[in-house]
Amino acid sequence: MLLNSILFDFLAGLAVVSAILMVTRRNVVHSAVFLIGTLVATAGIFLQLQAEFLFVVQIILYVGGIMVLFVFVIMLVNLDVTLRFPQFNRQKFVAGALAIALGGQVFAAYWIGHGALHFKGSSSPMPAKNTEAVGQALFQHYMLPFEIASILLLVAMIGAVVMAKRRV
Amino acid sequence: MIPVDLYLFLSLALFIIGVIGVLTRRNVIVILMSIELILNAVNINLIAFSRMWSSVDGQVFAIFIITDAAAEAVVGLGIILALFRNRETVLADEMDMLKW
Amino acid sequence: MGHLIPQSIMPYVLPTFYGIIIVLLLPLVSGYIVLVERKIMADMQVRLGPMRVGPHGLLQPIADALKLLIKEDIIPTSADQLLFWFAPVVTVTMAMIALSGLPFGPAFQVADLNVGLLFILAASSLGIYGIVLGGWASNSHYSLLGALRSAAQLVSYETAAGLGLISALLLAGSLSMKSIVQAQNDQGVWFAFFVPFGFFIYFVASIAETNRAPFDLPEAESELVAGYMTEYSGFRWALYFLAEYTNMIVVAGIATTLFLGGWLRPFAREHSYFPGTSIEFLDLLPALIFLAIAGYCFWRTPRQPVYVQKLVMAAVGALCVLLAGTMAGSLFAPEAVRLGIHGAFWFIAKVGAYIYCFLWVRFTFPRYRFDQLMRLGWRFLIPLALVNVVGVGVGIVISQTWGLSPFFSQMVMCVPTLGAAFWLAASDKEGQSGTEVRAADGE
Repeated sequence: MLLNSILFDFLAGLAVVSAILMVTRRNVVHSAVFLIGTLVATAGIFLQLQAEFLFVVQIILYVGGIMVLFVFVIMLVNLDVTLRFPQFNRQKFVAGALAIALGGQVFAAYWIGHGALHFKGSSSPMPAKNTEAVGQALFQHYMLPFEIASILLLVAMIGAVVMAKRRV
Repeated sequence: MIPVDLYLFLSLALFIIGVIGVLTRRNVIVILMSIELILNAVNINLIAFSRMWSSVDGQVFAIFIITDAAAEAVVGLGIILALFRNRETVLADEMDMLKW
Repeated sequence: MGHLIPQSIMPYVLPTFYGIIIVLLLPLVSGYIVLVERKIMADMQVRLGPMRVGPHGLLQPIADALKLLIKEDIIPTSADQLLFWFAPVVTVTMAMIALSGLPFGPAFQVADLNVGLLFILAASSLGIYGIVLGGWASNSHYSLLGALRSAAQLVSYETAAGLGLISALLLAGSLSMKSIVQAQNDQGVWFAFFVPFGFFIYFVASIAETNRAPFDLPEAESELVAGYMTEYSGFRWALYFLAEYTNMIVVAGIATTLFLGGWLRPFAREHSYFPGTSIEFLDLLPALIFLAIAGYCFWRTPRQPVYVQKLVMAAVGALCVLLAGTMAGSLFAPEAVRLGIHGAFWFIAKVGAYIYCFLWVRFTFPRYRFDQLMRLGWRFLIPLALVNVVGVGVGIVISQTWGLSPFFSQMVMCVPTLGAAFWLAASDKEGQSGTEVRAADGE
């Protein structure tokens, strides 16, 4: 139990600190590295919630795929001059205030209802073989969204190739 | 057992940080990365509830969200590359003229 | 010992111990793999290799390590200081984390995860960041280009490697490394013979995954200075080098577990005992192998030109006799000890054979140009891997519905996969040599 809460505190703190650093860095590559930190911490939280398949999928796909793509594009469009320009746009104060107001409202909603939701613990355990359960759900109940997602990925691949090609 | 509320608060914190990133930064790549952060916050929420109800449906939906995030990142970065070739800038403020 | 350790940390003691052993032994093992590589390269090129430092060059890795440690640590002034420091650390850490999922024996594994195989793949894919960030942080054109090329190569061949592994996973039915070896034990055939195409695809993809020749354009000495490692000197470069050889051990471990039967001895299900005892004939194989090596050492001892080399040969021979004695003696030990020692022997032997094939391929084939490399990955390996996965699936369905033996149905499905491989290789017009000459003829 103690290890559980220490682990959660560490991972949650790492995720939030990395996220704040990501949004505030001047150097875009540093932002990408901090986003990687957040994603790995999030993967750790998935593992703590007994979602082991999502833990590895998050690391292989998100960190090992999407973020590599981000880092590639950052290195291709990195202009050193942008390091000297202002990083935040003109509406930063209004936008920040609105975002915090939104956060405050949702936090108030959570606070009113806190303590109403509980993990049921070992009385109703997750399926023991997580990967198999996810696979069965994907291929039986959620077959149609699965096929639609594959068509979506195909369309995205073709679109990216078309857009990134040089017009010769 | 860690109460569910802590996971919801964590998800809310990441969500708000992502929203602030999208609304206040000028660099479009950082805007895209903040969108990924928002999607991750939603994923944490889904997995926490999936654990609470002891079913894998939440995890399946989170897989779909990761898939969609991949597709959207790919297309978004393609657009950024095309924009960069035409306008030589990656700052959102400066991409304000359709034709010059 | 259970009384001294509180119950709450008991499950963490043994894995931590194994982890510490792995981290301590790894630099030494990697250093000696480098020496073995240089000696085998020399032998294939009809020369002797390192002979000066220590008898037969046996102390060469220690000399290299000392040299790298005391070298000056040069950091370019315009380099990104934090990322420059961080990048080699990431690569080495991820390589060592990947090692922690490998099963060296039935009980010698740091952690047997339910998703063990995917965990190792995840750790390997995180190692790409060390390369990309290192190349970018060096603030040099050559480093950045080499890093981007290397990362593109790694990402492309990772897909092919994963698809090759899936064809073995379909037969194993589980992602936990221990269950995969158990499945090979239950089915009686190593998966390399069940799905030879999957093994071939994984072999080629793993050579590209570890940036080894003939896919080592990003880091070869005559190309692009040294790629992403250009600006790194001294111990930082040693970390990259260590990570590369650790990655070799990791992919060899994955291939051994999935395709070559892990810690099982050949013919693991044939039990033919010595009359009256419970000792099997085939279990004496490790001891016989060591005795053969010892015999060779003792035979060559008188022919050594230098006295020190004579001593070392005799010592190696004596060591082999000792190991043979351990292998034979453990047959009389309790079951767990016997399985542990013999399992570790067979695992290390198979990993060694796989790495020997890596070295062999390095000194045999010329280097691929980068566009040829990407073409091979995307237009040959990935389609072939997809066809292979479909073929293995169809084979499994055939064997289940019509009751044929699984081995026979997989061999049947190898035929269309072979046809697809030939068709893919023949239909790739731009990849064939002589294209430029044909175009220059004014067609």
